[in-house]
Amino acid sequence: MTTTTHTHTAALALGDDALVLSHRLGEWMGHAPVLEEEVALGNIALDLLGQARILLSMAGDEDELAYLREERAFRNLQLVEQPGGDFAHTIARQLYFSTYQHLLYARLASVEGPFAGLAAKAVKEVAYHRDHAEQWTLRLGDGTEESHERMRRACTALWRFTGEMFAPLDGLDLDLSELEPVWLESVRSVLERAGLAVPEGSRTGAWRAGAGREGLHTESFGRMLAEMQHLHRSHPGASW
Amino acid sequence: MVTLTPLEAELLEVAGSVLDPELPVVTLRELGVLRAVHVRDTDTVDVELTPTYTGCPAVEAMSLDIERALHAHGVREVTVRTVLSPAWSTDDISAEGRRKLREFGIAPPRVRKAAEPVGITLGPTRTRDADASADMGADMGADMGAAMGAALEPILCPHCGSADTELLSRFSSTACKALRRCLACREPFDHFKEL
Repeated sequence: MTTTTHTHTAALALGDDALVLSHRLGEWMGHAPVLEEEVALGNIALDLLGQARILLSMAGDEDELAYLREERAFRNLQLVEQPGGDFAHTIARQLYFSTYQHLLYARLASVEGPFAGLAAKAVKEVAYHRDHAEQWTLRLGDGTEESHERMRRACTALWRFTGEMFAPLDGLDLDLSELEPVWLESVRSVLERAGLAVPEGSRTGAWRAGAGREGLHTESFGRMLAEMQHLHRSHPGASW
Repeated sequence: MVTLTPLEAELLEVAGSVLDPELPVVTLRELGVLRAVHVRDTDTVDVELTPTYTGCPAVEAMSLDIERALHAHGVREVTVRTVLSPAWSTDDISAEGRRKLREFGIAPPRVRKAAEPVGITLGPTRTRDADASADMGADMGADMGAAMGAALEPILCPHCGSADTELLSRFSSTACKALRRCLACREPFDHFKEL
């Protein structure tokens, strides 16, 4: 495989993470618990969409990649495609993912390579996403009985999707497994301060036949894609 | 710093005087997003623009406005390219730009010493310290500020100048702003977040 192909593979994976999570966060528009959160989630989604556009353009035509690929051709982590659930699920997903993305971009920004420019820019934005998720985890975990219980359920439900983040990714010249202990420590620290236990159980699910990075996705992802792609597919070549 | 030809300096001035589409009091030059103007031949010009945020939707409007301004100045062909490196920072906003933001009712970003954010140390879940005198733009300010290695002054209310302000939301009408409220004059206001 050539270096360019390697870069495409990694750009596609990271770009799909950003695109899919951006869409999932966008689903909150009109439904967030308070106006400030609607704006916050929309802004985070916009940051992610900006990253996705740059990353997917490194891999090919951004519109074709976003709107015309089938489910199996997407390379995003299963974590980011999980439905928003209640607000606690969205915050747990944000906590797990933004901590990972922040560590990853900080590392990519520090080494020369095709991702250094984007990473150096985006790491500063993601620092705010991470802060947002951590503050909400503390508030919900250390809040009412109801919010604590919902946050506990959400953290547990998404735990099995967190192992995939640290599997080797073709085209990235770094050992992702090195990020894992730092991620675990950071998440553990936030959960503990929120009065939440670190979930138990496997972080890769019960079976191991590959996951999002190999194009294997969970059930709800197909429905998400149908909604995301139908306008573009129904009106090929249309523009505003 | 590359030396500019007199023509490039002139065109940089023209392109730089374009107003930001979302903050129509500051120019692109004051915002620090205009990186370079290259004259390829007498009437063909390349412009380098850097986005404030990766997903900033204003970039397209900025590009069109730059093209329009340069066309009006007699340049036949204008190509605006988006560049990411070096990454834009709120420290790139000029002193004049900060002054104009304040007059417009937006608390300008504070200037930081260190450039890069590092790991975040979190405080309590409250968005405001119980001890207001220790606030000094604490909450997000202290957490993110400390994370960004900054020695930060308080965020002043752009309306009355009070340092007694509190964070309402980390994200406001655009990704680059946070929503705050002044506890002295009770007015809500936007704060251009440090990035």
